[in-house]
Amino acid sequence: MAERLLLGDEAVALAAVHAGISGAYSYPGTPASEIFEYVEKRADRWGIHASWSANEKVAYEEALGMSFAGKRALVSMKHVGLNVAADPFVNSAISGVNGGLVLAVADDPSMHSSQNEQDSRYYAWFARIPCLEPSNQQEAYEMTREAFELSERLGLPVMLRLTTRLAHSRADIVVGEPRGQNSLKKPSDVSAWTLLPSNARVQYRKLMEKQPALLQASESSRHNAVDFSGPDRSLGVIASGIAYNYFMEAVGGVSPYPYVKIGMYPLPLSAIGRLYEAVDRLLVIEEGYPFIEELMNGVVGCGKPVLGKLSGALPHTGELNPELVAGALGMGWETNEFAPFEPLAARPPALCQGCPHADTFRAIKKAISIYEQPTVFSDIGCYTLGFYPPFQAIETCIDMGASIGMAAGAAHAGMFPVLCAIGDSTFCHSGMTPLIGAAKENVNIKVFILDNGAVAMTGAQETMATGERLVELAVGLGVPREHVRTFVPLPRNHEENVRLIREEIRYQGLSVLIAQRACIHLKRKT
Amino acid sequence: MELNIILSGVGGQGILTIAYILDKASVARSYHLKQAEIHGMARRGGAVQTHLRISDRPIFSDLVPQARADLIISIEPLEANRYLRYLKRDGAVVSSSTPLKNIPDYPDEGELLRHLLSLPNVVLLDAGKIAQKAGSARSENVVMLGAATPFLPFTLEEFGSSVRELFGGKGERVVETNIKALTLGFKVSSFFTQLVGRGVSKGTAFALVERLDPESVEPEAAAEWASKLL
Repeated sequence: MAERLLLGDEAVALAAVHAGISGAYSYPGTPASEIFEYVEKRADRWGIHASWSANEKVAYEEALGMSFAGKRALVSMKHVGLNVAADPFVNSAISGVNGGLVLAVADDPSMHSSQNEQDSRYYAWFARIPCLEPSNQQEAYEMTREAFELSERLGLPVMLRLTTRLAHSRADIVVGEPRGQNSLKKPSDVSAWTLLPSNARVQYRKLMEKQPALLQASESSRHNAVDFSGPDRSLGVIASGIAYNYFMEAVGGVSPYPYVKIGMYPLPLSAIGRLYEAVDRLLVIEEGYPFIEELMNGVVGCGKPVLGKLSGALPHTGELNPELVAGALGMGWETNEFAPFEPLAARPPALCQGCPHADTFRAIKKAISIYEQPTVFSDIGCYTLGFYPPFQAIETCIDMGASIGMAAGAAHAGMFPVLCAIGDSTFCHSGMTPLIGAAKENVNIKVFILDNGAVAMTGAQETMATGERLVELAVGLGVPREHVRTFVPLPRNHEENVRLIREEIRYQGLSVLIAQRACIHLKRKT
Repeated sequence: MELNIILSGVGGQGILTIAYILDKASVARSYHLKQAEIHGMARRGGAVQTHLRISDRPIFSDLVPQARADLIISIEPLEANRYLRYLKRDGAVVSSSTPLKNIPDYPDEGELLRHLLSLPNVVLLDAGKIAQKAGSARSENVVMLGAATPFLPFTLEEFGSSVRELFGGKGERVVETNIKALTLGFKVSSFFTQLVGRGVSKGTAFALVERLDPESVEPEAAAEWASKLL
């Protein structure tokens, strides 16, 4: 079929559509958001259920439900989203799946838009399921299609691991013929779905019994390619995923050394074993953690020197690039004589001109300025940029929804006043559960819900609840109605908003203050 | 044929739009292409860049390697400066001189521009002013694409048809504005390059172009101007 220019994310999405998915599930998160968005735009035409989920755990569970019904489902998320979805993810390997279930997860080495560099390959390894790791957009398409076949053949979820560079890089790809959707098909025996210990023990044993089949699939996969044509046996290279591209770029497309290209896990043991036998030393080139390198070394080493991130041949943090890989190969790289003008001022992202969060932060800062040691916990969204000058209004960002629970803990410890700031979408994602607890014990914290009516940071996707619905949610969770206050963060309301915040701080108990003003980008859209 | 381009600017200036126009032209010629973009957090008024690689052979790395960029196209001078280590020794920088000062420690503008003008292959032009002349301040990106066209294996006509397609839905006025932006960028850039080619110093050429009405600039007049200036 025709060639198209697609992002890695979009190649995964299109492959899932062509693989006959009946449902796509996700929560927005850079660099994975475009996977779902691409399916969403085509959902009606292809008869696919596609709506954002409240969080990644819910997304995974919805996908698993679709799979149990016999149909294929794609669930996508960023790497830290899988922490949220880890519970159903790990247990779905025990229960097994029915219709093909593929988890596309995008890691973010260099932390372009994330709070860590965690490597999802460990999750696949932990759950004992296969993981496919494309090196380019074409493979992203092909591997996604294969992942669905593999998932149904093994009865397991299959992970597709991307990293930022592939997720957000565009290339020309060739696509295959679309396949129809599965029909509804509930198995006759569904005891595997109820993970009571008696069933879970049986299922876990089955998962262990499947492991040789996983290894066999990996050993025979064309994505684990061996090339022994390089004449120089002083070194053997193991390169996985996108790191393979940097390797090939560095050597100009022809490796002087034998190498194994890794595109599928569990690791193809025999291919790596053959490489090991043939060379004096090994170099592992992988994006993310030194996952393969660590396995190669084991506890007491593998008997031959293994170079990589642990050895210091490559940096242990941040993403790779062709120059770094060339350096690890001992090749060096050319430079130019064009030094940038110094000092090279950084230009970090900032809140947009006219952003409602700016007015909220100004009001909060003013309101708490009369206290000796106020603390403002915060969360994940555009408002996290309130950390930077000129605001310097927030003091934490740990994980989605963390601000409310952390504020409660600090209040338990005796801190006062304790405030926290969380966006409308983050509140729906993971803020409601800590608020129930805070309401039950009427803990003295001031929860600011910054309701801009959008998942703004990731591209203004639709939020689960905004406006009056959010007010009713807070009341429904047990916050006294008189202490669920709303205000409009605008410069002209500044003094009034400061007064309202101070009034609630004087109240010794739980307050929810909702700043209601739409994201400026949302206004432009409508 | 292998062409490595760094497109740089500030989130919101529209580098993905000109990347898209370049993509269309490349696909029409059946070239291979890889384009590593910046999405998400960095969009919010922060530094953004796109690595665009176009080749008649398959491309490996999504990132342009250091010292391998044939061209840096920047919609903002500080952002051109940021990626200089990517430039090939004989590569060119085509940058706007219009600063976007949304940070407190923006460097001295004159010194920054002098630094860029000291590069061996550089075209520096006031995209802000030219975009205004074209009819919209938002067309700075298209001005810079026009300015970069003399350094690309594509013609103004190829880009023009993509511009029509891309902005067609926004009405004829928007299309015409962007076509004008593309054309003015091309003319001013060509004029600048010809002046420099005839021995005029880059600083003098830049100062002259700053003085002239972009609409009155004709590359053919470069010889005359050069003889006046030298």
